[in-house]
Amino acid sequence: MVMEIVCPAGTPAALRAAVKAGAHTIYCGFNDETNARNFPGLNFNRVEMREAVQFAHQHGSSVLVAINTFPRAGDEAIWHRAVADAEACGVDAVILADLGLLDHTARTHPGLRRHLSVQAAAANADVINFYADTFGVKRVVLPRVLSVPEIAAINAETEVETEVFVFGGLCVMAEGRCSLSSYATGLSPNMNGVCSPASHVEYIEDRGALDARLGGYLIHRVDKGEPAPYPTLCKGCFTAGEKTGHLFEDPVSLNAERLIPQLQKAGVTALKIEGRQRSKSYVAQVVRNFRAAVDALEAGRPLPEGMLARLSEGQAMTTGAYKKTWR
Amino acid sequence: MPDPENPIPHCPAPLAAALRVLPLAPLSLSLTLFARRIAKTHPGMVQRLGEHAQTDFILDPVDLPVVLCLNPNGGLPRVRLTRQQVAGAARISGPLSALLGLVHGAFDGDALFFSRDLVIEGDTGAALALRNAIDDAELDLAHEAAALSGPLARPVQRLIALTERRTGPCLTRPEDAVIW
Repeated sequence: MVMEIVCPAGTPAALRAAVKAGAHTIYCGFNDETNARNFPGLNFNRVEMREAVQFAHQHGSSVLVAINTFPRAGDEAIWHRAVADAEACGVDAVILADLGLLDHTARTHPGLRRHLSVQAAAANADVINFYADTFGVKRVVLPRVLSVPEIAAINAETEVETEVFVFGGLCVMAEGRCSLSSYATGLSPNMNGVCSPASHVEYIEDRGALDARLGGYLIHRVDKGEPAPYPTLCKGCFTAGEKTGHLFEDPVSLNAERLIPQLQKAGVTALKIEGRQRSKSYVAQVVRNFRAAVDALEAGRPLPEGMLARLSEGQAMTTGAYKKTWR
Repeated sequence: MPDPENPIPHCPAPLAAALRVLPLAPLSLSLTLFARRIAKTHPGMVQRLGEHAQTDFILDPVDLPVVLCLNPNGGLPRVRLTRQQVAGAARISGPLSALLGLVHGAFDGDALFFSRDLVIEGDTGAALALRNAIDDAELDLAHEAAALSGPLARPVQRLIALTERRTGPCLTRPEDAVIW
């Protein structure tokens, strides 16, 4: 069976671009703090979501809605309403992370398919099977900390479908457990849906050098001719003692397109592309590339050469934890 | 570091030369009317701007001797061209072709930003909201200009197509970006 391409869409136009480019499935979110890409000008209101689902279904694609932040005490109704509205819009599944919200959805929307978000950081078969047995989760998005053999080991011990990231931004920590952003801005992806919120990011160019500031703190400075610095603390460049460097991780992004055959052998069902904050041009190019790759794999042809380097954040790429060469 | 496979076209020198001497007031008025038509035909764009719908944006085509001051003004945009140094809440600078390519969905904004073909200064949130609102609007400036030209629509479209072929900047939505 052809591996499923799961593609991001931050706007209705990006969703249509993804469908046209051949995405089997598109994931998106409502325009509020219920999803982990709560950026200015991004996401879908309820009317747009309903129309987007209709459009995708007319063209044979599915739509998943990420409701994957963690509800604030006293404000759970915002998240409950998002789940109910997603079901009313006719979405194919919701992507959830919070235990309470999973429980609420399983009890009050039993017919709505449930996927486990990467934000839940479920990284072994025992916990995945717990989510399946307790809340009826059908698919898990695996955190970007696992090697291919580890993914194969998980698939050998669970009936739950697995979805893995193959392209886009990379987090240094297990998703759902990173609060770095909140130290500089007071806001985090887990609670507010924003890592390094744009309102707290500032770029200042001075005689060719470019500074990136987050919450007023200088986190990286590059010289003329170097790629623009990434605005998150995890990819910042810091000086400690006499050494200057990327303390947490290099500013590279994930590209696992050459690992697709191994991921298929490891039992992976779906390949996920990161980037709901990116443009429809990015979406179309990346989806087209990965769709060609999975179609070639299915037909027994060699994988086409990748052409995605320029689209990667930081303009440098890695296969991340899938190939843990440092071990 | 521009992409050697897909270079950003240079702005035609005669356009830059003309903008050094042309009176800017009538051009500003025309652009304001043009922007108001676009805001009317794409109301979702202003909605997407949200809290930034009253923000002063400076759009700076670095290969032209003018900058464009844009205030969406809640759906009744004001546009002003100036040769002076001006300040705004958010400034987006880059070659004219890059800015037009973004409008038409031919380029990815993040890729242009990381390659430093595009520079964002000031309120990054406002700049991001504008980028996302325009990306979702699926604009075609040639189509909008033709629609404003009444009986001259066809000649205007032909003229724009010819200008695009001869000069390089993306003045229409590329075939590839047209989505059903």
